[in-house]
Amino acid sequence: MQCEVMFAGFGGQGILLIGNILAHTAMEEGYEVAWIPSYGPEMRGGTAYCLVVISDRPIGSPIIRNPMHLVAMNHPSLEKFAPMVKPNGVVVINSSLIHIGSDRDDVDELLVPANDIAKDLGSIKVANIVALGAFVARSKIADFKLVQHCVKEQFASKKKLIPINMAALEEGKKVAQIK
Amino acid sequence: MGKILMKGNEAIGEAAIRAGCLNYFAYPITPQSEVAEYLSRRMPEVGGVFLQAESEIAVGNMLFGAAGCGARVFTTSSSPGISLMSEAISYISSAQLPVVFVNIVRGGPGLGGILPSQADYFQATKGGGHGDYRLLVMAPASVQEAVEMVMKAFPLAEKYRNPVMILGDGLIGQMMEPVEFPEHLRSEPSNKDDWATNGMDTRKSSKPNLVKSLFLNAELLEEHNLVLKAKYDRMKQEEVRYESYNMDTDYQALIVSFGTMSRVCRTVIDNLKAQGFETAMIRPQTLFPFPEGPIKQAALKESCKVVITLELNMGQMVEDVERSVQGNRPVHWYGKAGGDVPTPEEVIEVIKSFF
Repeated sequence: MQCEVMFAGFGGQGILLIGNILAHTAMEEGYEVAWIPSYGPEMRGGTAYCLVVISDRPIGSPIIRNPMHLVAMNHPSLEKFAPMVKPNGVVVINSSLIHIGSDRDDVDELLVPANDIAKDLGSIKVANIVALGAFVARSKIADFKLVQHCVKEQFASKKKLIPINMAALEEGKKVAQIK
Repeated sequence: MGKILMKGNEAIGEAAIRAGCLNYFAYPITPQSEVAEYLSRRMPEVGGVFLQAESEIAVGNMLFGAAGCGARVFTTSSSPGISLMSEAISYISSAQLPVVFVNIVRGGPGLGGILPSQADYFQATKGGGHGDYRLLVMAPASVQEAVEMVMKAFPLAEKYRNPVMILGDGLIGQMMEPVEFPEHLRSEPSNKDDWATNGMDTRKSSKPNLVKSLFLNAELLEEHNLVLKAKYDRMKQEEVRYESYNMDTDYQALIVSFGTMSRVCRTVIDNLKAQGFETAMIRPQTLFPFPEGPIKQAALKESCKVVITLELNMGQMVEDVERSVQGNRPVHWYGKAGGDVPTPEEVIEVIKSFF
């Protein structure tokens, strides 16, 4: 069993962070993981993406052109990566910023107004965590409670941010459960 | 201590500290700047020295000086930075001092690019600097292995009184994987009284040590080179490390690949096996000394028709593979040097094209 998740958006949306949290969760569950960032000359606000590979055996090539799932936080990321997702994968679309679909009928498309939900919660910064919550709840890629635990660990040094991030995960989950 | 998720570059920094290296001089360059970033924070915590030099040339000479005083030292850089340090590497090799270099290779030549590359194979294994010297070169294929190699590098550098180089690439540096750190090693080079100019009053030995690389007398220089050669020959005897994969099958092709590229090859071997086509791999973990014997032996297996070298450059290790196989089987090469890591599908096409 191996699966890959592409998280993509623009710099500043916390894309690398949610990839990190998922990788951490999978590691805690006992899987082999690799987290590969996009790195290169990039301007502030430019595109950022990372790939998380989760496997029950040592990971061979960590460079994957066709990920199983995609979490797209902005328009260019969806356009770029949606065609590459494997059939039956989950495609989370941040519908607050993206007004098109994946144009695929063989994937599980999930519209999540992540920025709007985050704003309602009190900070647009948690839009990434909303998307993560929605993705995990829909794909069942990891145990939701363990994700909550790993988010708490991530913010261990900024404890006052934990409640809003927990709420963000929960709101994401709610969206994922509406079919 | 359990597993933690860590970026290769940061893990390399932490591994050096745990190996008892508390002196780090460096100059930032992508794709390894996180080592310096990490150590600028960590070194003061453990009472070590973090020094951002004015250039890589200065770094090389700071390492030379500090090692000459008996300090355990290391640096990290990327290709163009290593070129600038190469003069010092030659001097350090001649003066027989232990220093650990980590090269998180980027594409070249010149400023090249910053994506994964193995284009410094020649630089690391055949020279870079001038003169008859060799580095002990290790190439990790995962973050965990990078940690282990960095921790092994210091005792090896001290055993041979010779620079050791870890040859990684942008993927190893940038990727996060679970790592587990072994226990701390001792904090001082145990044999430093044999070579360090650390003051006669602090030393057990009464013999003065001299750090130098100038031998104007032909006989003395000859003698010096023979001493160095004896060390390199001993490395060939004692330090060859490699990993073999799928060797217990009747493989038709033997793949030789290292570092990041070898991970792609592992997937390739698994996928080809699923198609009923057996291939095997020898992955050199030391690039110098090179696993010549094991490669030759593996190539000679009756089922093996060809040897294929895969590397992220325009064909460098292939020369050592040819040298190892000694004409017993055809040796082919495939690689890419722009920073794009070939996909398993692409490699499978290439392998099939040789049949």
